[in-house]
Amino acid sequence: MLTKDVTIRNESGFHIRPAQLFTEKAASFQSDVKVIVHKDADNTEVDGKSILGLMTLGLEKGSVITIATEGSDAEAALDALTSLVESGFGEA
Amino acid sequence: MEEKQLQGLGVSAGIRIGKAFVYAPVRLTDIEKKKTDDPTREIERLRQAKARCQEELQALIERAVSTLGEEKAVILKGQISFLQDPTFFPPMEKLIEKDGWTAETAVHQIVTQIAGLFEGMANEYMRERAADVRDVGNRLFAQLSERKGTELSDIREQVILVADDLTPSDTVQLDKNKVLGFVTRIGGKTSHTAILANSLGIAAVLGLGDAVDAIRHGDEIVIDGTTGRCFVNPSEGTKASYLQQLEREEAERVELAAYAAREAVTKDGFRVELAANIGTVEEAQGLLELGAEGIGLYRTEFLFMGQSSMPDEETQFAAYRAVAEAVQGKPVVIRTLDIGGDKELPYLELPKEMNPFLGYRAIRLCLDRKELLLTQLRAILRASVYGTVKIMFPMISGMDEWRQAHSLYEEAREQLRAEGKAVAETIELGIMIEIPSAALMAPSFAKEVDFFSIGTNDLVQYTVAVDRMNEKVAHLYDYFHPAVIRLIKTVIDASNKYGIWTGMCGSMAGDPLAAPLLLGLGLHEWSMSASSLTRVKKVVTDMKRSECVALAERILEMDTAAEVRQALEAFRRPVSV
Repeated sequence: MLTKDVTIRNESGFHIRPAQLFTEKAASFQSDVKVIVHKDADNTEVDGKSILGLMTLGLEKGSVITIATEGSDAEAALDALTSLVESGFGEA
Repeated sequence: MEEKQLQGLGVSAGIRIGKAFVYAPVRLTDIEKKKTDDPTREIERLRQAKARCQEELQALIERAVSTLGEEKAVILKGQISFLQDPTFFPPMEKLIEKDGWTAETAVHQIVTQIAGLFEGMANEYMRERAADVRDVGNRLFAQLSERKGTELSDIREQVILVADDLTPSDTVQLDKNKVLGFVTRIGGKTSHTAILANSLGIAAVLGLGDAVDAIRHGDEIVIDGTTGRCFVNPSEGTKASYLQQLEREEAERVELAAYAAREAVTKDGFRVELAANIGTVEEAQGLLELGAEGIGLYRTEFLFMGQSSMPDEETQFAAYRAVAEAVQGKPVVIRTLDIGGDKELPYLELPKEMNPFLGYRAIRLCLDRKELLLTQLRAILRASVYGTVKIMFPMISGMDEWRQAHSLYEEAREQLRAEGKAVAETIELGIMIEIPSAALMAPSFAKEVDFFSIGTNDLVQYTVAVDRMNEKVAHLYDYFHPAVIRLIKTVIDASNKYGIWTGMCGSMAGDPLAAPLLLGLGLHEWSMSASSLTRVKKVVTDMKRSECVALAERILEMDTAAEVRQALEAFRRPVSV
């Protein structure tokens, strides 16, 4: 499993549109994608291909998440998803 | 049958008489938990319901994109993604397969669970998404249900729509040629439904409360969108008197329609420009036929409201361009984002304020979040080559704000030039005068700006320190207050001295009673709701400017709003409407 930590940069956090972009991108890869949030000692993990899962994490600007990918195209998936988050989902 | 009279809030003017269509869709909440002995069949039913929902949503999205724009469709697209979500359907199928629940029960459980997750979140925007999840649940439920509620798509003839409330997803399905009016249980003057009714010209009475239950499907009803009255099964007398009123309105409309094509020139040759206030691209269509000579105020806020995130430059550009093209080269004054105060954008996550109207709003917010204004200015500039676009900045209180806004405008221009994008040669830049400090500084501003637009709604509020929504003091809110009139004079005089023009886009501009005074003060451009255009034009063309100047001079000496009003009423010609 490959992992990378990224910070949410866009103003609105994981609202509908960013969550949609993320899940669409995630679904374009074979690999499993997980998004993990570390809160205090607890980790919450959701399916990176689930828009509902991502939205219910309640991520806002400044939240740090771990993206984990596993599968045949894990590396490409991890790169694509981290750069999508880092680009702020194209929001101004 | 006995006549029943109900009282609600009149939010969109007009009298309508017609048959009630009670919109009562089947809702997810009305179900009982039930087990099944044929899980395979239940799963199959669920899958079919899902497929039909997907088709239904797809059709709605196509309609929303073409009528309301790409941005409005985002929420519906979100709903489609819910349907495909791994945490949505698979758990439902599991509940049926393992626990033997019916498809309805499984939908209910999962939807309630996910909506509950959203409802428990700290962020208000995310809490509101619970409604989207429930909306998808309701769609599925309607597909599964053997019971049939009434759906908007069942409307076949002209009706008055009676509903608890209308959601944005309901309103994209409305056929406005069939819906004569709205009556709702909940909703106020600023609700989504009120704004929609106004912009479509549909009469509406909202907020009837439980009294709405007195209306049955198919009842004959009369609604008065001005007074908020609603009659169920009206008596012959009531019906006759409203029919008469309808005829009078129609006769007046015909009489006034003759003014649409005329120029707004007084009997002694003083020409003014009458323009319209709009909020959406749709409102720009057909304006020229109503007698508008352009758009004096394009409120861009609606483009930003009801969205999940900031509309990007392309979306904004498309909207501004469509408006500029709709009026065929006539001027369009685009006001930059005027948000804050009572208008919220959830995705901006603005802090709660003690005094929002004196707080972080309009140009203040835009100068603080520069990217936001820069993006909007770029979009406006790009649209400028498709018509005659002018830009104005709201809520300017001092020179510094104007200069900062101006330099951002220059920056946007520079950027576009460097990118090789076309921009109109000259674009007039103006400021809104809605704060007394700006009105008093008008002589200084007039040396730097191309025009003023007086927003009387806020100018009155700030001059006499009255919150017009506060019932206790609302009677003090009056644009005929002598202080307001003197400020208006200061602004127009300053613009005359420096050879620029002054417009007005607050509600005073659309009041026929105020017209002689504004003519006398020398106002150049008047912008109002499209429905007031011909009425004001009739007053203007019936007047002599010289008489209005004398009237204005007298009024400027007056001490109270009551005296001003009296003088204007006495001046009004008996023939005026």
